Order: sequence, then structure tokens, then C-alpha cells
Amino acid sequence: MMKRIVYREWRIPPARYWSILGILAAVIGIGTLSFGYMEHQGHWVTGMNNAVVWGTPHVFAVFLIIAASGALNIASIGTVFRKPIYKPLGRLSGLLAVALLMGGLLILVTDLGRPERLIVAMTHYNFSSIFAWNIFLYTGFMIIVIAYLWTMADRMGGPFNRPVGILALLWRLALTTGTGSIFGFLVARDAYDAAILGPMFVVLSFAYGLAVFMLVLMFTFADEGRVIGPKILRRLKNLLGVFVAGSLYFMLIYHLTNLYGAKYDGFETWLLTHGGIYTFAFWVGCVLVGGLLPLWIIYHPEKSKERNWIAAAAALVILGGLSTMYVVIIGSQAYPMPLFPGQTILESGFGDGVGGQAASYWPSIPEFLLGMGGVGVAMLITAVGVRVLQFLPESLADEVVPVDEETMGEAAFVKPA
Amino acid sequence: MKDENRATHESTEHRGIDKERRALIGAAAGVGAAMVAPGVVLHAVQAQADPRSEPVTSDVRWGLVIDTAKCADGCSACVDACNEENGLDLQTKPGRESEEKWDRQKAVWIRKVKLQDNQTGRITNLPMMCQHCEDPPCVDVCPTGASFKRADGIVMVDRHLCIGCRYCMMACPYKARSFIHEDLEGQLTSVPRGKGCVESCNLCAHRRDYGEDSTACADACAAEGHNAIVFGDLKDPNSIISQLLKELSTRQIREDLELNTGVRYAGV
Amino acid sequence: MAKATVRTILLVGLVWALLAQTVLAEEVRRYVVEGSKAAELDACVEPTERMRRMHFEFIKHQRIATVHQGIRGTKYSLAGCVDCHISYDEQRQPQPIDRPDQFCGACHAYAAVDLNCFDCHASVPNRSEDSPEAQAAHQALGLGPLGSLAQTHAGGGER
Repeated sequence: MMKRIVYREWRIPPARYWSILGILAAVIGIGTLSFGYMEHQGHWVTGMNNAVVWGTPHVFAVFLIIAASGALNIASIGTVFRKPIYKPLGRLSGLLAVALLMGGLLILVTDLGRPERLIVAMTHYNFSSIFAWNIFLYTGFMIIVIAYLWTMADRMGGPFNRPVGILALLWRLALTTGTGSIFGFLVARDAYDAAILGPMFVVLSFAYGLAVFMLVLMFTFADEGRVIGPKILRRLKNLLGVFVAGSLYFMLIYHLTNLYGAKYDGFETWLLTHGGIYTFAFWVGCVLVGGLLPLWIIYHPEKSKERNWIAAAAALVILGGLSTMYVVIIGSQAYPMPLFPGQTILESGFGDGVGGQAASYWPSIPEFLLGMGGVGVAMLITAVGVRVLQFLPESLADEVVPVDEETMGEAAFVKPA
Repeated sequence: MKDENRATHESTEHRGIDKERRALIGAAAGVGAAMVAPGVVLHAVQAQADPRSEPVTSDVRWGLVIDTAKCADGCSACVDACNEENGLDLQTKPGRESEEKWDRQKAVWIRKVKLQDNQTGRITNLPMMCQHCEDPPCVDVCPTGASFKRADGIVMVDRHLCIGCRYCMMACPYKARSFIHEDLEGQLTSVPRGKGCVESCNLCAHRRDYGEDSTACADACAAEGHNAIVFGDLKDPNSIISQLLKELSTRQIREDLELNTGVRYAGV
Repeated sequence: MAKATVRTILLVGLVWALLAQTVLAEEVRRYVVEGSKAAELDACVEPTERMRRMHFEFIKHQRIATVHQGIRGTKYSLAGCVDCHISYDEQRQPQPIDRPDQFCGACHAYAAVDLNCFDCHASVPNRSEDSPEAQAAHQALGLGPLGSLAQTHAGGGER
């Protein structure tokens, strides 16, 4: 009854393929130039300073890294949770996970003050540092996902598919928790110092990874005229809706906890009411663009059936995700540290938040281009991957995709009693 | 690999030449010694503490006590002295940058802070620098171990290992660290610093190693007659700093984090 | 046939590479700059051969001891290298040691080995000449205390 899924290379016309590669190469080239410029001049050409030490590159990097682990979800749902309808999507899910992680890591590495010393980071480990643990989590993730792809694609790998899939799932949960904990374990700053950041990052990663996955899937399929049936699209967009709602819920809890604890009152009122760009990024970026608007589309009776609206919802989730990262990473640093509770700083030789003022940061163009370069790398790996290897199923039309419990349910209803 | 090979070649080929040279140099050395002699006398007059030859131990823990009552409003002697001691005054604003942005990007090891109590309106002046925690968050988070605590309690950065990730700056509750945002020139021999690394107050580690008594900031404060900053060994019950700690009511900044800082403040 | 050709090419390449090395070695000169204190000495703190091959190991070992344990005044310090190998121009100005015509810079340029010590470290001595590092290195040579040959120079300001 179930048809065999056939995977095929991405066969768009060469001219179109090479022009896509050309555009991506240009984006990467500009990113590389920005990297060279920042490293040659030093970080003074960026907006980053001694108060806001992580800036726009980190917004992109962290977004890509958590989206990477989120992109792997589709494969996990198919293999680990045994939902056959997701199985045909597993390969692309794995490829995207590797590609996004590569892009994100490259940004992190190229933003270092001394990137040429990367070898030091590989040979000297401080195991009390979550950052050092993450180096293992990232490289391990890469290896496991590549093995996972092998079990999906090679007949010999079949028996290992589920065990490796389970390992990959556990590993990606650790990875995202670890990434969240980079921030969550910082006692110094009011906005961090919250264990909830770990799990919150996991839920955010579900949403971002799926949004990126959906866009890539829809673009590659549309470009070559492959079919995505309404059934699978409905599943994906419903899943996205759940993840976006989950993200909003976790953010609500995070901010409510902060509001409840008097200690972090100051930060919350600042962020929610008078934090300037950060207040805007929070309400408009995270909540409206990244949360309410996509939810409205996804659950709209008419619009939720249209491909373009679904794609728009996914794109909005990505935009909202970037603003969320902007608020979480930069906003949290901009808010002054609580050095002297009950006192107001009148003067300071180091911008300690005189009069409670937030630190100033404005992204510079090279920073932004460096971040875009990382996105370009992720997209290039994906484009080359689907072109040369069999990652994409030939069709995801309703009659081709495996049956799933949802349609079985429908069948049960249709059946006369 | 290649270089080592080259060095081997070099050494075998040039043994002959070196011999000749050595004879010549031997003669030159005699002349040199004659020139050196006056200097020897000069040196003998200048008494200098022996540089350290044994590893630092945890028998001492260096720290500072700051009596904010004595810290004068508008005085920046400690900051100026630190800048001069550590070559921070040699950093220059990159050409095209605005003064305002440079203020946020230049390295600062010690800064003056002026506070006002929200309830009472009382004004306090104090210097802020690395607090040399017993359990430093910056050391915990550093991925390469570049941020470390020396056995004698000084928290510092091994610039050879620092990759410039700035995670320590994220973790420091005192905003004590600076990232070097620009190329530097004319560094001091005793304080090597360079672009792309993080740095902070190291309680004048080079002075410690040469057996000097105090830090630049404490000396400058004393020279101004304020004596607001006192440097010493927190573990030695007879040291001035320990006596002061017994007398004064001092506290740590951000006591809630229980970092057991090596810098204590009176009157905050 | 094709295999034989490849082999011949490889062999010729190998022989050429070896020859080239020997020829290059002929050109090796002594990098100790005339007019520096080092030029007046027989050898560095270790025999020249050993220094050529091992100096980075010595310096690296020393740097760990100095930064982490506070040990100064041993003979392998970088400040000691600079103090002894620095040369001066006619105006008695010290010449940065990493410049391509100076001791460190010239040899590193020749060997094509990146030299980044002086990104952070002072490339001219800017402390009094009787620094403990210089003393230690000097004493290791059995030459007794070091004098002040060029105490008048100004570089980066003495502190």
C-alpha cells in the first residue's frame, strides 16, 4: 500500500543553479571581507564595546546554532517517534542541521579577538566552562548527524537508524540546553541568571529550526516543480503553530518570573516599557512578528491553507527569532549591572550605567555582513548538498507520502459503523 | 617541520664560519667588558629586590581595602597611576572614531565611581577594579583556561591563551574587564598587551614578582595624602590590611554572589 | 607507462627539493645584528645551535612559568632576548627587533615563520638595562652583572 519514497538530486536548470550559487558565494565573499576588515582593524570598527561585548554576529550565530538543532527535529519525529509521514523529510532535516551549525559556528569563530588561535581552543579546555563543553557538543553533533544521515541513506545503515536517531535527539537537546546555559548561568547580569533559559532555548529552537526547514523545503520543491501535498504541509504548519505557541509560553514564564522576583524588577520594567530599541524589538519583533502574526496565519481558516501564507508565517518566525536573539543577547547586556543596589551612579569612568542609563550599542555594517556571511554558508552547503546527493524526495504529494495516524483517524470516521 | 630541517642544514654548514667569527668576537668582548665596567659599579649602588625564582604560593592572598570615606571627590590619582604603570595611557583613539565611542571601547583597569544613596542622598566616591574573587566567575567560564587565578589570589589573563571570545566579560559581575579593540604600539616591557585579548587589573603582578611593596594605585593614593587604598596580604594577620579589616566595617560589592572578593570596601 | 612517468617526476621533484634546501642553506647568514650586545658574545644563553632550534621552546616554557607562577629573572625571558639583541641607529634609537632587518624579524622572514610575540610584547627595551631578565641571562653566560651600555636610549619611555 505504501509507495516507496524515491530521493533525487535537485535538478533545476544549471543556469539557475549556478546563479543561486553565485549569489550565495557573493554573500559569503562579502562576509569574508568583513571578517578580514574586523580582524585587521580590531573590533573598534564594530559597535561592540566593553559593556556590550557580544553583538550582531552573536545574534546571527546563536540563531543559526539553535535553528540547526531545531532543524533536526523533523528527522527525530520520523525515526524516534515513529511518525512515518515525516520519514521522507529526514534527510533534508539532517543536512540542514549540519549546514546551519556550520554557518553559526563560522560566525562565532570569525568574531573572536584572536581567531588565528582557534587551535588553542581545541587544545586547551577548561571543563568548568559551559563554552568549552559546547565545543564538544557542536563537534559531536556534527559527527552524529552525519552518521544519522548515513543510516538514512545507506541500506547497511538501516538497523542503526533508530539508535543513532535517539542519540542525535538526546544530543541536540543537550546542545540547545548548553547554548541557552551559556547565558543562563551568568549570575552577573539581571537578564540572565535564570535556569529557564536552557529549556527556553530548546523550545525556541523547535520553532526556528522548523521555520527554516519549511522555507527551504518549499523553495527547493517549488523551484524544481516537485509537489508538496496539502497533507504534509498541514502537518508542518500545525507543528510550527505548536512550537511558536510554546515559545511564547516560555517567554511569558521567563518574564513573569523576573517580574515576580523583586530583584529583577528593574530589568523587566526597563525592557517592557522604556528600553528604547529593545522594548520595540521585544514587543514588535518577538511578540508580534515572531509570535502573534504567525499564529494568526497558521490558525486562520482560509490563509492557513495557502502556501504563500504558510511560507510568510515561517519567514515571520525567523524574523521574530532574530529579534528575540537581539533582545536576549544585546538587550540583556545593555541593561546596567546592579553593582550598588539602592544607589544611583552619578559619575563613572567606565560607563557603569550613570543614572541607570542603558549601555549604548549600534550594530555596524561589517558586523551585519559577517552574520549574513554565516547565513550564506549555511545556504550554500544546503544548495550543494541537495544538488549532488539524494536528499530531497521526488514528491511529497498526498498519495505518495506514507500514511499516518491522522489519516487513519479520518478513515476510521469515514467507515460506516 | 620544514624549519627544523632548515636549521639542521644551517648548523652543519656554518660551523666553520662560526669559529672564525667567534675569534673575532672574543676580541670584541674584551673591549666591551671595559666599557661595561662603570655600569657594574652603578648597578651595585642601586639596591633592587630579587625577582621571584620560586612559584607563587597560596601562603599569601593579595588584596585591597578601600576606605571610601577617604576617597576624594574629583581625585583621579589612582586611575592616572594605573594607566601609567600599565601603559594604558599609550592607547590612542583610532583615527576615524568618535570620542564618545572610544570612551566605550578603550581599556580601563580602574575607574572612579560616584554614587548617591537613593534614600538618604549620601554621596560616596570609590575606585572600582577587578575584585580578585576567590571563586571568580570569569575563570569558571573561560573556555581555554586563559582567565585564571594565581596561587597568591591574583585573577588575571594569560594573553597567550586568550582567544578573545569575551565570555569572561559577560560573566564578570563587576564589569572589571576590557577588550583591546585596536592595534597597540609601544607597549611596556613589564606589561605586554595587544589587540584581540581581554585584560583587567592584575594587582600589578609584575611589582609582586619583583618584590615591591604596593600597587601603583595605592602608592598614588598615599602620595596624594588620602590613603584610601591599602594593599597587602589578607592572610597575614599582622599586615596593615588585616588590621584595617579588623577595625573597619567593610563589605564586598555584590555580596549576594558570595564570591569572597579580595577587594573590600568600607563605608559603602 | 603513465605510472613510470609519475614516478620519474616525483623523483626529480624530490632531488630538486633536497638540492634547493642545500643551496638555500648556503645563503644562511648570521642574523645577530652588528652593534647589538649579543654580537659581542660567543653564544646566547645556550649554544647557538641549540638556540636556533629550541629558542621558542625555551621562551614558551618560560612564559608559562612567568605568567602562572610569577617566576621572573630566569635566563630564557623574551625581555632578555630583546635587551641583548636590540641594535641602535646613529641617533642611538633602538630598532624594533621584529623589523625585517633586525634579529628576530630577519630570521623569521627568512624562515617564513609568523612572529607574533611583538603584537603584545615590547619590541624595544623600555626599562632600565639592568632589568632582572637581562641580569639573569647575562649571569647565565658567566659574565657577571650587566652594565648599562646604552642607558640613554629612549624607547616607549622608561618606567
